[in-house]
Amino acid sequence: MADVPEVLRLEKVCKSYNVGQPVEVEVLHDIDISLKRGEFVALIGPSGSGKSTLLNIIGLLDRPTKGRLFIEGHETSKLDDAATTALRGHSIGFVFQYHYLISAFTALENVMMPLLVEHSFPDERMRARAHGLLDQVGLAQWENNLANNMSGGQQQRVAIARSLAMNPALILADEPTGNLDTKSADSVFEMMRAVNRSQGTTFLVVTHNMDLARRCDRTIEVIDGRIGTLAPANEVEPHQ
Amino acid sequence: MNTWAPFEWITALRFLREGRMQTLFIVAAVAIGVAVIVFMSAMLSSLQANFIKRVLTSQPHIQLIPPDEIARPLRTSTRTEIVSPIVQRPAQRIRSIDQWQKIRAALSEWPEIVTVSPTMSASALAVRGDASRSITLTGIDPEVYFRIVRIPEYIVAGQPRVQTDDIIVGLDLAKDLGVALGDKLNVTSATGGARVLTISGIFDLGNKGANMRTTFVALRTAQALSRLVGGVTSIDLTVPDVYAAETIALAVQSATGVEADSWIKTNAQFFTAVNAQQTSNTLIRVFVGLSVAFGIASVLVVSVIQRQKDIGILRAMGSSRGQILRVFLVQGGLLGFLGSIVGAAMGGGAYMFWHSYLRQADGSEIFPLIFEPSLYVNAVLLAALTGVAAAAVPALRAAKLDPVVAIRG
Repeated sequence: MADVPEVLRLEKVCKSYNVGQPVEVEVLHDIDISLKRGEFVALIGPSGSGKSTLLNIIGLLDRPTKGRLFIEGHETSKLDDAATTALRGHSIGFVFQYHYLISAFTALENVMMPLLVEHSFPDERMRARAHGLLDQVGLAQWENNLANNMSGGQQQRVAIARSLAMNPALILADEPTGNLDTKSADSVFEMMRAVNRSQGTTFLVVTHNMDLARRCDRTIEVIDGRIGTLAPANEVEPHQ
Repeated sequence: MNTWAPFEWITALRFLREGRMQTLFIVAAVAIGVAVIVFMSAMLSSLQANFIKRVLTSQPHIQLIPPDEIARPLRTSTRTEIVSPIVQRPAQRIRSIDQWQKIRAALSEWPEIVTVSPTMSASALAVRGDASRSITLTGIDPEVYFRIVRIPEYIVAGQPRVQTDDIIVGLDLAKDLGVALGDKLNVTSATGGARVLTISGIFDLGNKGANMRTTFVALRTAQALSRLVGGVTSIDLTVPDVYAAETIALAVQSATGVEADSWIKTNAQFFTAVNAQQTSNTLIRVFVGLSVAFGIASVLVVSVIQRQKDIGILRAMGSSRGQILRVFLVQGGLLGFLGSIVGAAMGGGAYMFWHSYLRQADGSEIFPLIFEPSLYVNAVLLAALTGVAAAAVPALRAAKLDPVVAIRG
């Protein structure tokens, strides 16, 4: 893996709330993480350990209090709001637990949305790209359905297709299967794995599901805001 | 998805379409507000135009009259001391405007002046048998005077004809004296001139007092009766912009040295009433506009709260704060625009309905139906701008939303 380019690197990243006030709380302490292109990594840890905060920082939705964050080699702390937004749009895709499709749009339009945000005016190429991605997740025949008229599993697949629209280097998935039944969860996970293998997209998946975590390349465990263990996935033990 | 519209318009339209009940109610509210503004503005400007037309078709816009005669204090032969400090104001006898032909010729060249009509007014007594009535004898050159005071429009019997021995009288004077068309009337002026005139026309100005006193004769007849041969007591003017009459009157006064009174000055109360009506109309428009703006703002504030997660996910997908801001500004503008289109149609319809429904006692219209396209275009543009302005606060709020907080809800 030495020659594989680095997609994500965190150096001594800390996150505190109420900075400068008597009740300042540090929720992440000196986090060091590195993800290479094509890795499929599980981020595990008990509730309240700081996983979501860490994911928000990696996703450039939040800023670290200390430390440095690199996305595809770009140091992010010096970027202004517009540059951060642009980097987020180009390099990172998001899949959330509650799928968060925009209900006013159809499945196809939801997948087109990142491209529309980027290019402003819709065109046939965007439509074709979105159609291809929906086909990839097995939902081409549902493309004209409004998001609300689809099952949870289908919506999550649409969300995955949408996260791939800009062909990002990194996809951050926050409990993508947390709200799905076992069969749907398994199907969604396999689909992400297939994308990871076929396109070399790096995945960082927050999950409480140890079975899924074991099927990842490796796991990063966060305990009380610190990196607990960095282990190959098959050595992961369930939380007590 | 429309390929002609950018991201902000597509998203704004979809958000409005998805919340269709909310959209429908606020569009209805905007429509009612705009309808009130359009209806009131159209009706009031028609009424006002009608009032002004009535006032200004029965009098000149500017009237030139000779300056008042004044008495100077008596001084000693060396002109240093005043002999009698008490000066009594002299009675104003009927006098002609000095050099009036020259003034008429000069004013006819002014581009701001449309009509110049010399007239001769004097008091007289109309006698028929045992009955007599005091009248105002107005000597006119009908060709130009009727362009100022539209007597032919008010003629109810006969012709608006004033030859040497003709007189046109009001309906009430004719009734009082028991005369009809073609009858003779003995007219004696205050200065002693007397003549028998034939009634060539009878008019109805819609005002009993005016119908009782006003009479029209040929300019030369009035001059002869008043014993002021070749003289005129006033020069009547009309101007294209009636509201500029006072300014033009001042310019005429300084250019000619003759006193010039505009209709604004001589009808001060009427003009004040017109201004008061305009002010109240403006106030109503402002308050209705404000209520429309607050309505749009409140709906969009609720929409921002409802759309919090959508905003969060759009931000996560790379949309800028500016794009989110514009999505909500477009929504505000569209609500104002759609509401104002409906409202302008409703206001125009109500205006036409009231025009056909409201009638005077004689069945004639109370106000003329005047369609000013600018009123409707301005109402629509102003409402759309109001919508954008009203959306500013909720749009800023949406743009400033922290994506983490927005996604978490």
